[in-house]
Amino acid sequence: MPPRSRPKPRARAPPPKRPSVSRSQGRKVYMVTGGVTKFAKAHPAMDFRLMVKRAYDYALKGIPNLTADRIDGTRISYFSDHFARQLKAASMVQDYLGMNPKGSVRLEWGGATGGECFQAAYEAIASGRMDICLGAGFETMSRVATWKGNEFIALASDTNFDFPLGGFYTGYYALMVVRHIYEYLRRRKFGHVTDEREAQRLAIAEGSRIMSMVSVKNHLNALHNPYAQYPKRLTVEDVLRSEMISYPLTREQICTMSDGAAVVVLCSEERAKEFTDRPVRVLGVGCGTDTMRLADRPFGKVPLMPHEKAKDYEDLPYPGVHSFRAGRSAGIEAYRMAGITDPNHELDFIELHDAYASSEIQTYEDLGLCKYGEGYGFVERGDPFLKGIDYGFPTPRAGAIPVNPSGGLIACGHPVGATGLMQAVFAFWQLQETIPKHFGDPALQLAHPQRGAIHSHAGTGSSVTVSILERGFR
Amino acid sequence: MTARPPVFTKFRDAQAELERSGAVLFRDGDGVESLIIKFPYAINYIHSYAEDSPFFLGLAEGRLRGSKCRKPKCGFVFATPRSHCMVCGAPTEWIDLPPNGRVHSWTTCHFGSEAFLKETPYNLAMIEFDGVGSLLLARLKDASESELYVGMPVEARFDPNPKYSITDVWFVPSR
Repeated sequence: MPPRSRPKPRARAPPPKRPSVSRSQGRKVYMVTGGVTKFAKAHPAMDFRLMVKRAYDYALKGIPNLTADRIDGTRISYFSDHFARQLKAASMVQDYLGMNPKGSVRLEWGGATGGECFQAAYEAIASGRMDICLGAGFETMSRVATWKGNEFIALASDTNFDFPLGGFYTGYYALMVVRHIYEYLRRRKFGHVTDEREAQRLAIAEGSRIMSMVSVKNHLNALHNPYAQYPKRLTVEDVLRSEMISYPLTREQICTMSDGAAVVVLCSEERAKEFTDRPVRVLGVGCGTDTMRLADRPFGKVPLMPHEKAKDYEDLPYPGVHSFRAGRSAGIEAYRMAGITDPNHELDFIELHDAYASSEIQTYEDLGLCKYGEGYGFVERGDPFLKGIDYGFPTPRAGAIPVNPSGGLIACGHPVGATGLMQAVFAFWQLQETIPKHFGDPALQLAHPQRGAIHSHAGTGSSVTVSILERGFR
Repeated sequence: MTARPPVFTKFRDAQAELERSGAVLFRDGDGVESLIIKFPYAINYIHSYAEDSPFFLGLAEGRLRGSKCRKPKCGFVFATPRSHCMVCGAPTEWIDLPPNGRVHSWTTCHFGSEAFLKETPYNLAMIEFDGVGSLLLARLKDASESELYVGMPVEARFDPNPKYSITDVWFVPSR
């Protein structure tokens, strides 16, 4: 085992206090419909209002008794005032949909904006404030050139200490995955290699190959999703040979700028029955946070899930820059509320925030689908792949727990304020078993899924939401 | 100016023309035409470093400063300074960081946001220091992608003509 390279803290943060009494979960909340626009590089013929309107009309189509006047209020999300260059753009959506004078609020929480919007709509129902709430989100990223767009996104890093170094989120994610690879592949898989540099090179090459398998999966799944921006058949070699953006992350391992909108309608139990005989219950919600700057992340202990033991991680400084403590915290909260003790066996699929192929692998571990350090093996064994799709390499355990069956952010695109809601809509259709109807293609429909999770992630992991959705009908 | 701006059917071409002129028409696959104009925006913010000011003034003097929690029971040391302790909330005091550190993680950026494209490729590294509980993100120079590794010993260099930016300090492999 090579010497571990890490700072030695003089003092350690005490473990976070957990509430000793169970919190009120409020009223039961159901999702009854949703809609998405196609995500695209640009939608020049639609501004953000019309995009949301299209997704909204799609959601309400076919539910004659769900009319605008029945909706009690809205929660509207978009990430960036820089992209919009229209302050109070959410008010203009409210206005365009004819929702005035009902209550509304705009949500912004970085990359997790859509996930926060979903949970804000959840809270409006759970608290009893509303019986029927519309959650709507959008982003119009085509309004600036790609590299200016990267600059806008990087303004979501500390502008004193981080932004002036390059203003580049892909760079931050590359820093994180290089350390993730060091912690797990270099120290475990290549522990026998004595030349340190050689061992690290081998580990990065191995990590890059496995990340490319994730990219192949998500792009290929998206071939069956008409809403996706970049569906395509790729090989691991194609992904590895695509343009190097920030070592070791290549272009095909990174999501792109998009225009798009998505909406959900959440209801109380009584109202839900009026609108659909296939409602989906929002069984649990969780949200976690971490330091804005990667440099400030602690080196402490792993917050454990019920199926893990402290000795699993005795020698793991956590989260450092290799893992997302916010994602772990969000998962723990959501699982606890949903009564999930072993997510790998109690969830049928996950739509997670794969802004980078690297963060998909890191997130498997954060969400407890496998232990920390096992994310690469999890991909190689095929667990997150769909059964019945030929990915061009063996996926022996395909179907174990499909991750991003829709194609995820990498292939669907990432119009930030819409993304977390898009995941909710795709998960909703999965649980309703209406994917064939909405996609015009049955390939991505899982067989009778009972329960799925959606995961929305911001910054370098500075805020994350996890929501658990469950089939609400027999 | 003509009454009808030039028409483009590829968004990328429309974007490129907007760099040169003020307006274009974009015609999509359905034949729908959208009028797209250039909408410029430039501003100089009045940005105070406020409580972080001593750090940036220090860089200009060739000093790399972190901060240390004043509460004796805590005493957490931050490489990226915080004026209040993240662990216990007490005020911190300024300290000098060791001149030598190690690479905790690294990358080479072949792209960057628009303002930094001309500087590519550049290396970013998270730097760890002995006896310090958190890290510092910085540029790493004089080492290529093939030479960098986790654990590499590095030392700080300072810009003799300070710009009062985090880029006034960078690291190079230790001699």
